[in-house]
Amino acid sequence: MKIVVCVKQVPDSAAKVVVENGKVTWGDAPLVINPWDEYAVEAALQQKEAHGGTVTAITMGGESAKDALKHALAMGADDAILISDPALSNLDTQATAQVLSAAIQKIGGVELAFFGRQAIDGDAGLVPAQTARLLDWPALTLASTIKVEGDSVRVERAIEEGRQVVTAKLPAVFSLVKDFGEPRYPSFMGIRKASRAVIPAWSLAELSISAPAAVIAWTEITNPPSREVKCDIVTGGSPEEIAEALADKILAEKVL
Amino acid sequence: MDFTLSEEHNMLQRMVRDFSQKEIAPVIKEYDRKQEPIPFALPRMGELGILGLCFPVRYGGQGMDYISLGLACEELEALDTSLRVAMSVHVGLCATTIFQWGTEEQKQKFLIPLAKGEKLGCGAFTEPGCGSDVSAIRASAKRAGDAYILNGEKMWISLASKADYALLTMRTNKDAAKPSQGLSTFIVDLHSPGVTSGDIHGKLGVRAGSTGWINFQDVRVPLENRIGEEGEGFKITMSAFDHGRYTVGSGATGLLRAALEASVKYSQQRTTFGRAISEYQLIQEKIARISQDYEIARLLHLKAGWLQNQGERCTREISFCKKFATEASFKAADDAIQIHGAYGFSDEYDVERYLRNARGAIIYEGSSEIQTLIQAGYALGQREDKPLRCELPAYDVEEWQK
Repeated sequence: MKIVVCVKQVPDSAAKVVVENGKVTWGDAPLVINPWDEYAVEAALQQKEAHGGTVTAITMGGESAKDALKHALAMGADDAILISDPALSNLDTQATAQVLSAAIQKIGGVELAFFGRQAIDGDAGLVPAQTARLLDWPALTLASTIKVEGDSVRVERAIEEGRQVVTAKLPAVFSLVKDFGEPRYPSFMGIRKASRAVIPAWSLAELSISAPAAVIAWTEITNPPSREVKCDIVTGGSPEEIAEALADKILAEKVL
Repeated sequence: MDFTLSEEHNMLQRMVRDFSQKEIAPVIKEYDRKQEPIPFALPRMGELGILGLCFPVRYGGQGMDYISLGLACEELEALDTSLRVAMSVHVGLCATTIFQWGTEEQKQKFLIPLAKGEKLGCGAFTEPGCGSDVSAIRASAKRAGDAYILNGEKMWISLASKADYALLTMRTNKDAAKPSQGLSTFIVDLHSPGVTSGDIHGKLGVRAGSTGWINFQDVRVPLENRIGEEGEGFKITMSAFDHGRYTVGSGATGLLRAALEASVKYSQQRTTFGRAISEYQLIQEKIARISQDYEIARLLHLKAGWLQNQGERCTREISFCKKFATEASFKAADDAIQIHGAYGFSDEYDVERYLRNARGAIIYEGSSEIQTLIQAGYALGQREDKPLRCELPAYDVEEWQK
């Protein structure tokens, strides 16, 4: 089974992301693989362990984005491809999906295309569905379990109201939630393999597509309004008294 | 000269950090308060390959180099000293010494399960009446046909009650011309009849670590468990100390970093007289010193790791690293407490644990006083590294993958 997992490099979730002079900055915080995509790599490796096959990690970005791919390789992915082209900047999700779908087609024979549910920087969560649309494959979003049976797949979706079971024919695109278990750490063998890996870089010409144009323009970005935080300390003679006073306050403030 | 760490080193460091942050950080305070080892910590470190990371693949290891061992120790002790102590005794004192001095049969039998983390090892040299003075070891091993009979007690042994194997040094000849020539080293199965062990509680620090005693009462150890020749025990013990001290020094570097990070973070949050305390020069002076000491300690352990990779003896450099980093880490933890004020005095914050944990390392694995004598000995030309019958093999990247 040929599995592709699409990953993105994002600022570390511990980074303090702010807007300065109209530009987003995260200081000197490191760039890491998008945490949701780590779950997708984990799920891809589990599918490989269950059915055999290969896992290929792909990403779009500059030279530094190779670190996200190396993380996937160190976790156990078989190979990785960087899609890099000067024309690929300021893309929206639709344009990103055009590039990724072209790459998935170029790889050929892919049966499962995995994505994390969203990237923690843009938070759109649209690329999986848009990629599926362009490939004309089923989009199985928010998948919490995946069971491949022959040429079809049975997926449980984690939706707010409960669980929904859906089936579809392969190949298909999946966006994944956390239910596949904590992503494994890179193994030492994996680290060694990843640090020596020569990762091919594909340009748009190699994908036989022209530079996709963003349909959404990003005109302004601002910091969230700063909040006034007021601190009240609830006092009382005993823990019971304090708890009662706190409960009254919560009700009076209509928190509950 | 290139000071850049390889990509492999950076990834390894991140991986060990992720493990300790995700799995150990949430529970360390609980176990430190209970004075109990975290039950899943060592099995997890074994599964992840950390307990054998610097040994060749054919010996059950992960094929990484000696610098990697130092970096892993730095990361582990940045979270808690108890994790690094396990590395010091299991990897440093026990497994690396077998790797250096053991026969091929001994490596097959003992090193492989140790490196895979299937068995735990410790090093047992200190006795109730002797620590720094190794040549005063009294516990004895008497030859009886194709075995030795061990009697005596070892004290202050990390993992005493948890380890499967102990690498230990016993007196085999009371009448040797020099007391240090009458010692021999063994690898002993601690599940053998006649072995009893127990834990020591009430330690100042490393409370989530296991420290104890091991008693030997007519314990029969087969001849093939002797490491090296009879009478070579002193030299082998000194090799073991080199390995152990390297992990102690690189680990203490991690504690320095933890004290630095905690101090930077807290000083930027806490305000007095209307300003963050990081803006006051008396606080900056402390932070500057901790950051400088961290840098020095790191350079010392990386150099010691590099020298080991080259196959060079570096007792002197390891001594610099061990003494400097352990003393600086204690001072850094003390400064970090001062920066945290009253909060630093409570276990709500981590820095009080850093101080308690840092203290022991100035004593164990060769006290600062012993390190000073070693260093003076080299400087005055009174001490030189004579070739050993078995040297620690230089790191060979291809050879280590086999």
